[in-house]
Amino acid sequence: MNTGVFNIPFKAMLTLSWRNLWRNYRRTLIMLAAISMAVWAMIFMTAIMRGMVDDMLHQGVANLPGHIQIHHPGFRDDPSVVNSIDAPGGELLAALNDSQTKSWTSRIKVPAVISSERDTRGISLLGVEPESENRITGIAEQVVEGRFLEGDDDRGVVIGLKLAERLETRLGKRVVIMSQDPDNNIADRGFRIVGLYKARLEALEEVNVYAARGTLQKLLKIGDQVSEIAIIDKDFRDIESLYAKIKAATPDNLEIRAWYELDSYLSSMLNVMDGFVLIWIIIIFLALSFGLVNTLMMAVFERRREIGLIQALGMRPGMIVYQILLESLLLLLIGLSIGNALALATVLPLESGLDISSVAEGLAMIGAGSVLYPNLRLDDMILANVVVIMLGTLTSILPAWHAARLDPVQAINST
Amino acid sequence: MSAIHCMQLCKTFKQGDETITGLDHVDISIEVGEFVCLSGPSGSGKTTLLNAIGGLDTHDSVEIHMGNIRIDQLDKGSLADMRLHNIGFVFQAYNLIPVLSAQENVEFVMQMQGIVAHERARHAREILKEVGLEGMEDRRPAQLSGGQQQRVAVARAIVSQPQLVLADEPTANLDSVTASHLMNLFSRLNQHHHITFIIATHDKRVMGYAKRLIKMRDGKIIGDEKQTPVAIEDVADSSG
Repeated sequence: MNTGVFNIPFKAMLTLSWRNLWRNYRRTLIMLAAISMAVWAMIFMTAIMRGMVDDMLHQGVANLPGHIQIHHPGFRDDPSVVNSIDAPGGELLAALNDSQTKSWTSRIKVPAVISSERDTRGISLLGVEPESENRITGIAEQVVEGRFLEGDDDRGVVIGLKLAERLETRLGKRVVIMSQDPDNNIADRGFRIVGLYKARLEALEEVNVYAARGTLQKLLKIGDQVSEIAIIDKDFRDIESLYAKIKAATPDNLEIRAWYELDSYLSSMLNVMDGFVLIWIIIIFLALSFGLVNTLMMAVFERRREIGLIQALGMRPGMIVYQILLESLLLLLIGLSIGNALALATVLPLESGLDISSVAEGLAMIGAGSVLYPNLRLDDMILANVVVIMLGTLTSILPAWHAARLDPVQAINST
Repeated sequence: MSAIHCMQLCKTFKQGDETITGLDHVDISIEVGEFVCLSGPSGSGKTTLLNAIGGLDTHDSVEIHMGNIRIDQLDKGSLADMRLHNIGFVFQAYNLIPVLSAQENVEFVMQMQGIVAHERARHAREILKEVGLEGMEDRRPAQLSGGQQQRVAVARAIVSQPQLVLADEPTANLDSVTASHLMNLFSRLNQHHHITFIIATHDKRVMGYAKRLIKMRDGKIIGDEKQTPVAIEDVADSSG
């Protein structure tokens, strides 16, 4: 006699569920719109947030700059010229020139004061080797007036537009830069402004001043010493193998740090983002779930008589649960398809960049640029779809269970 | 052999503070192939008795046998299986599944029984032809008249050749011509397929078709007599 719990072919259940879904097509369309918008919001907003966080990470890593840095052990606490290190050589130089390293440079980085004829500001003076520095930071492309430095002994400086504005100076004018040498004597000299750059973060324009490394080494009387060696890998998220290799070649008296050690805020942001995406998706789903339960409860309530009938005809309670869940699953799948398509249709055209310059100043405070690049990731889309399907099905168990527990006599006699 | 055997069947309902007796120690035995009418005024316990026999309702104290099975001891799932394989139901309000066509409604029970698709379709068309609905297989319930819908319900009830058909006021919503067509159909099915029919009704014309008439009042059987049924009218059962 026992025909098992699932005694109707799937195709028949699918037909029944599909037709039931469209009995009240207005309600179904409203629910589909709600699911689609929720899925769209999950994916679209996640892509925007990912884009923003990625941008902050990129900017943050670019501002360090370098995925891995080697310093004197005291440099991070006291970034002065006394904590300089020798230019890389021997085993370390061989490791830096290895094909696994995308690029590297060594630079001087000291606090200094810059004066124009009208104003004086504190700055971070960077002595760079133009070609290798540009490979790491792309600073030459940010020059909007004049030129970037040419060679290790260039006698000019490149300053940010914002700093030029503050100093009330301009391209071609002379400025005086003053710092200290290792003997704590004032080291100063005049430089001509040969270039003005515009950084993605305005804050950097006011602080970073670029001069040639060789010129600064002479000014500071530090021979061929540098403040730091900066190395970049192909992807800042995956630097472990390069980090291990460089670390093995770094002399014990030097400190080597990865970007996530240099800036714990950036690394925690990367770690928090995945959890944040999940929480965001679940919050949207919770709002959606009320509508879903209400829709299914209404559908069950309207069909009480019919549910009583199919119970009387011999449908097992498990099959009734199965039928209601299948109906919910169809609703979710259609909503997901539309939501995914909407998300793709709105995110993909924005991948070339979304200009949010009207709020750029606020964004700069959190380290993001004025152009946002949404980052649509397959795993985020899969996560949104899986959450909606799994939690949606779980949510639907309540109305399905309610349907299966209906008393057939009362249900058949209900109006 | 007994198709149904009930002993000391009791059922009470709570209505506010009042306890209403639906069935009061009913003993009844119905043989295979009988055509039984339960008659009595509203509230006499006819429908309650049908629901108890069909395993649709819970009861206070009872022993109900269907053949060799004690259905009062079955769990919900086993009761569903028992109904699926042994009982056909015909309700006063037709109770078809509105999203399925006439043929799909009839096939629904066979789908649950696991009968293969082509066999289901063939059998459903045959039964629909037998109840006079040839050519209306693809119509949805809303596109059928009351009489036609009741015929679909009858076709669904008998399609899997159950041992027992329980019909609750099957002619209540039908005009007299359609009602007599339906009762002729029941009688023919009873005679040709030896299906046991238990019909709850107020309608004296319906009672005339029964071979046995059980009278109920206040949840008790007050009369149980054999009778000679009216002759089956030889009418074409194609009208609604």
